[in-house]
Amino acid sequence: MARIELDLAHAYRANPQQDSDYALLPLKMTFEDGGAYALLGPSGCGKTTLLNIMSGLVTPSQGVVRFDGKDVTHATPQQRNIAQVFQFPVIYDTMTVAENLAFPLRNRKMPADQIKKRVGVIAEMLEMSGQLNQRAAGLAADAKQKISLGRGLVRPDVSAVLFDEPLTVIDPHLKWQLRRKLKQIHHELKLTLIYVTHDQVEALTFAEQVVVMTRGRAVQVGSAADLFERPSHTFVGHFIGSPGMNFLPGRNADGDFHTAGAVVALPRSRPLANGEFKLGVRPEYVSLAAAKSEGALPMTVTQVQDVGTHVIVSAAREGHTIKARLAADAAQLAVGDNVWLQVVGEHTCFYQNEEIVA
Amino acid sequence: MQLTLEGISKKVGPQTWLYDMSLAPRSGAVTVLLGATQAGKTSLMRVMAGLDTPTAGQVRVDGVDVTGVPVRARNVAMVYQQFINYPSLKVRDNIASPLKLRGEKNVEQRVHELAAKLHIEMFLDRYPAELSGGQQQRVALARALAKGAPLMLLDEPLVNLDYKLREELRDELTALFAAGDSTVIYATTEPGEALLLGGYTAVLDAGELLQYGPTAEVFHAPQSIRVARAFSDPPMNLLAASVAPMGVQMAQGPLLPLALPPTKSASLTVGMRASALRVRAQEGDVTLVGTVELAEISGTDTFVHFETPLGELVAQLTGVHHFDLGQPCTFFFNPAQVYVFDAQGMLLLAPVRGKGR
Repeated sequence: MARIELDLAHAYRANPQQDSDYALLPLKMTFEDGGAYALLGPSGCGKTTLLNIMSGLVTPSQGVVRFDGKDVTHATPQQRNIAQVFQFPVIYDTMTVAENLAFPLRNRKMPADQIKKRVGVIAEMLEMSGQLNQRAAGLAADAKQKISLGRGLVRPDVSAVLFDEPLTVIDPHLKWQLRRKLKQIHHELKLTLIYVTHDQVEALTFAEQVVVMTRGRAVQVGSAADLFERPSHTFVGHFIGSPGMNFLPGRNADGDFHTAGAVVALPRSRPLANGEFKLGVRPEYVSLAAAKSEGALPMTVTQVQDVGTHVIVSAAREGHTIKARLAADAAQLAVGDNVWLQVVGEHTCFYQNEEIVA
Repeated sequence: MQLTLEGISKKVGPQTWLYDMSLAPRSGAVTVLLGATQAGKTSLMRVMAGLDTPTAGQVRVDGVDVTGVPVRARNVAMVYQQFINYPSLKVRDNIASPLKLRGEKNVEQRVHELAAKLHIEMFLDRYPAELSGGQQQRVALARALAKGAPLMLLDEPLVNLDYKLREELRDELTALFAAGDSTVIYATTEPGEALLLGGYTAVLDAGELLQYGPTAEVFHAPQSIRVARAFSDPPMNLLAASVAPMGVQMAQGPLLPLALPPTKSASLTVGMRASALRVRAQEGDVTLVGTVELAEISGTDTFVHFETPLGELVAQLTGVHHFDLGQPCTFFFNPAQVYVFDAQGMLLLAPVRGKGR
């Protein structure tokens, strides 16, 4: 197992001039030994490129990759001792489940009795002990993908196990069970696991630290709670959560926040420098307020959606919209109602140039 | 236009794809067809469109029998999961094609209006292959809207997009549907999507139409366990129980003081939505103790799977909560928030809305 340090960039062309010439903008990052990480972002954000650079399938156009302090920038995946699991099962259909699991160990000339023991441990974890002598060919897609996961996890001495959207082929109602398996396995085997996905649930559930990426840039590295409570970049606020964070551009003048053609009085608990800001507040933290209360904005209801467990109320003012996730009894609100919405509170964030400042 | 299906069924060889069903989707509104894959959503849509003829029954449009009338002779627009556009035509001409076909005037202006509505006006001179998946699906949607058909059928149109795009496009579609007067049929496998679309919902399962009504009503008062299953995500917690003199006795669990309507069933099923479980007790709550299997975090919600003597349960908590695997946990619920189903799986009692939360 290894601690992985990256200090690199990857450009599509020689002599990159502007941001769009980069698949990955210059970044500096450390993945601690034994940690569980996720690289999360929409398609085209650079997450797979980053994964391929770590595995050794891609050489970065500049900078270095270090495993435990050793420069491995030009080393192959074999030399780096990386295990990989892909979107689709990569197994040998003609072999049994046990032979499939044993294959990576046999290749590395592990003694037979040790192989047997290790295969037993992994099969037990994946709840496949009963199928060890079955041919892989006859198994369902999710069972095959479980074997792929097992093959990735079977070698005890790997530097890291890299997963590229490994649950794509799994039925939605089976997904949580495999997520649970992966988490258990991480607890028990203490391997360094790095997981690429565009699915926020996948990333937030699996990883201790999530790297959120957009347009070749890693915009925040943090725990699920960090990303939800204090998104350090507006993209994170938008991308994490459904619906995402609300934003209101405005200007603070001595505690009066001018936005959407109105003035929100900032509570004393939320002091702010004078100047232009983007106010960010999650729908979960917007509430109904009494008229003219501190931190509240008068708005007009444009939509009320009963989502069963909650009500999503959309309200607008001068072309700006705020969504609020309210308790089910707010269903009494109707389109056209005038309401005061609490937009500044303990959980409100302020941004300048898309970066959090307060 | 009023579409009416009466006594429809569809058999293919020895297999029944649609069992006898009647449905009159609310005219000018959205009707969601909700069900898992293989539930019969696509088969039903194909009958509605005239792509397939039902084995039995009648399809009527404004009272006129159109059973067996092919899709070409009907005025229907369809959007599929895959983004279907004319690859050799620019976006502009893709959107214009149904307008030109109808010999409409002001084609150029209409194309611009539609493109603006779907935020693709900057791509009018590109080819579909030069666009992202989300943009391609917007082109397909613009073309369907250009048709101005009184009946629009959308078969899981957002399923191949990533979730942020899906969110955005769903919002826009909801607004477009509300502004137009077409009857819209929208198939989805996701209960959350049905709720966000609102309107009316028809729940399908294994080729059967189980329930039709206003979406929120179907969600809050599912007629049967099958409907509740199809219309809950995360799944509704279902626990064995029996009739007791003072209410409902949960197997290996507490007695719930509920006033049941008269029933012949001795054995019952208690249904509990994941969101009915909470970590802080309120007055009158019942306690459940267990061990954590996994906490799934979406950001907006945390779904805690936990094992109890009553069975495996899921709780839905707002925001991010941290739970370790195997950690002991305690959850609470108000008995007034549960559903009770009889031995046949039919609803006996549903929570009274707007109370007890």
